[in-house]
Amino acid sequence: MANYLFIESRDPFESRDTRFVEETATALKQRGNDVTIFLLQNGVFASRQNARNSNLAGLAQTGIRILADDFSLLERGITTAELVSGIQPSDIETLVDLLVQRDTKAIWH
Amino acid sequence: MTEKKLTLALMDPPYESANSTTAFRIISAALQKGIRVNVFAYEGAVCLPLKDQTPHANPVKNTTIEEEEHPTTKAFVSTLLEIGGEDRLLTWVNCGLCVDERGATNAVDGVKRGSPADFLKMAQESTNTLVIPTK
Repeated sequence: MANYLFIESRDPFESRDTRFVEETATALKQRGNDVTIFLLQNGVFASRQNARNSNLAGLAQTGIRILADDFSLLERGITTAELVSGIQPSDIETLVDLLVQRDTKAIWH
Repeated sequence: MTEKKLTLALMDPPYESANSTTAFRIISAALQKGIRVNVFAYEGAVCLPLKDQTPHANPVKNTTIEEEEHPTTKAFVSTLLEIGGEDRLLTWVNCGLCVDERGATNAVDGVKRGSPADFLKMAQESTNTLVIPTK
């Protein structure tokens, strides 16, 4: 089992290829891997509860850990209270900790 | 490998993308934790430490250079290179071919010149490698 860290920087309402991350993360989780999606930059736009067509809540229910960068949230006026259930606010220090975790494959998108 | 080390490959030129800001945040956070960081700057990213960058006034807000305090990427790179003092924690290598193509030879002190072979070596000796590509 390996650790997979997806860093999603793209706005899903602008780039439909964010589906790549969702589908790959789901497939890796189904194969028993530990999977984290770290949302940052415009990637946090889908984290609002009232965002339409966001698949993040469903992903969180599969056991994929979803974190959202506090700096990116703040820049875009998204409060913690607005976040989809299952998404945890996080920070860049946590991202660094995840990056230097043993046996972690990091993919920036 | 006991000492943790992180390698980043950067490609975006300065003032183009939020990727550069995020990269500086990651580098800074890692250095603050005492983690050594290698940066391989490729393509437009070789201009991030360009010494010729100058801050500017803001004619829209009618502010002076001093009032504006416009941040330059060369200043970020210089500040990060100073962390650790004599035992510098950050190694920054600019791709030589990319530098020559752009005439971006005048980098801030501490920036090295290299090739993709250096990136391979950096990746092999690191705990992890993160490639931040252009969109």
